[in-house]
Amino acid sequence: MNAAGVLGMTPDILKRVYDSGAGAVISKSIGPEPRRGHPNPTLVRVECGALNAMGLPNPGVEYFVEEIQEIKKMGVPIIASFFGGSTQEFADVAYKLSRAGADALELNASCPNVAEELGMLAADAANVEKVTAAVRDETKLPLFVKLSPNVTNIKSIAVAAEWGGADAITAVNTSKGIAIDINLRRPILANVTGGLSGPAVKPVSLRCVWEVAQAVKIPVIGCGGITTGRDAIEYILAGASALEVGTAVMTHGLDVYKEIADGITCYMENNGFTSISEMVGLAHDYENIGVDNACLGMTK
Amino acid sequence: MPGNDEIRTIIVLDARREAVDISTIYFKDELTQTAKPGQYLMVWVPGEDEVPMSISTINHNGLSSITVRNVGPTTEILDSLQPGTKLGIRGPYGNSYEIKGEKPLIVAGGSGAASLYPLVEAFIEKGIIPTFILGGRSSDQLLFEDELVDLLKEKLVISTDDGSMGYSGYASGYAALLMAENEYDHVYTCGPELMMAKVFYETEKHNLPIQASLERYIKCAVGLCGNCVVGPYRVCKDGPIFDTEMLDTIREELGVSRLDASGIKVRVNH
Repeated sequence: MNAAGVLGMTPDILKRVYDSGAGAVISKSIGPEPRRGHPNPTLVRVECGALNAMGLPNPGVEYFVEEIQEIKKMGVPIIASFFGGSTQEFADVAYKLSRAGADALELNASCPNVAEELGMLAADAANVEKVTAAVRDETKLPLFVKLSPNVTNIKSIAVAAEWGGADAITAVNTSKGIAIDINLRRPILANVTGGLSGPAVKPVSLRCVWEVAQAVKIPVIGCGGITTGRDAIEYILAGASALEVGTAVMTHGLDVYKEIADGITCYMENNGFTSISEMVGLAHDYENIGVDNACLGMTK
Repeated sequence: MPGNDEIRTIIVLDARREAVDISTIYFKDELTQTAKPGQYLMVWVPGEDEVPMSISTINHNGLSSITVRNVGPTTEILDSLQPGTKLGIRGPYGNSYEIKGEKPLIVAGGSGAASLYPLVEAFIEKGIIPTFILGGRSSDQLLFEDELVDLLKEKLVISTDDGSMGYSGYASGYAALLMAENEYDHVYTCGPELMMAKVFYETEKHNLPIQASLERYIKCAVGLCGNCVVGPYRVCKDGPIFDTEMLDTIREELGVSRLDASGIKVRVNH
């Protein structure tokens, strides 16, 4: 899947993402009202990744309902990412997106770039449980809750989402960062800080998946710097059942979805796996894996 | 990381007024010297905004330029810069014009001449002198007229909306006339989208290939955010130059709709 916020603007471009090899697509995070987002610069490339502060630009849920219907007509499975400024807004938007025909919902509890305005929900376990439960009451669709790495204890937040009725946890959103221009002597992003993504965050995001997988019984969706089939396998072995890919589109183009899928297939063939589920979380059993079971990995 | 994504600081070396609301800003930047005709830069006015700008001069003795029409708060600042001002740039970005044909017709409307000037230079380097329609609202709005006359002589023809010079009417009307009267083998256009749409329809009548430079609200410029999409294409990465096949794919949006900053479709009004 494409990570939320990456190319989720229109049905036509989401169709292209799907045709490029993604198993499903995720919309931009949709809120109750249209938002223009932050002024530019909204993205700056940094060592091994990108730092962005788009500021949740979106056309608002009323407008997006039609887009979802159009995507469904194209035969593309669509997960609607969404957010709100209050428990009631989260619930209202979720209700409208469900009615529009989305296949699943991803509750964005973790945008790092609107903290002053909206606060970051994923920082507070009690609120995560309350909001997840309120959304749960409004929809029967599969509900994913996307968490932030910018917290002290991600396990407690994941458990709160599980208690609230989440069907899966997406781990994780971007890591908060900053980039400074030394000649102009100021932060580059108009929002000053932004979310770091790409290979730079992979070990941190992978650790989040590892911890969340230990803490909850529901499936985990991995996200953070996945660029190759090898990265994907690492996430799966850490406990992820599905994956989101974003920044790799900047460095590898849209073909990256197929490249990653091919890499996973190659590893499975080399190691005698017939389904992803056989591999999920295997690395947690490291103490019982003998050297005899180790393999030579992948050929690509 | 690839160098073109890195933000460099440039110092404005010269700012030349082209028309009452258009000026050209000259600077030195090694990567811009290697740009191809039709590519753009993201130009950062610190504290204000970052906007996409066509490269209008590529490496004239080390100097490159962007040409700005004042259409909003950020371009107003760029249109009134003094030499010595510092700006941030990243790029060059996007695809570029492919140099094709022996008898090309180039149709420029208003500040659209900016991206087409390096294309003219590329053709001349190949020994081909293209026919160039320079269109503007009136005779004092004709971008790079003197430079183009030097390069193209009688192959430069003028059209003005108000009839103050050359053909009286829109550049697209003049283009239709020339396509009917002459044999061309490739058409290039940059300017107001409504004009480019008309030029595209005209090339279809004559079965001529075309390349057009499109403009959208570009945010990330690296193909990630999707704010600049037209049909299945990202203007920032798959464009800004659209060929016949791409234009055919986006027919329903060309000259009709674009996305605003929030992703809502709004009408293209120029």
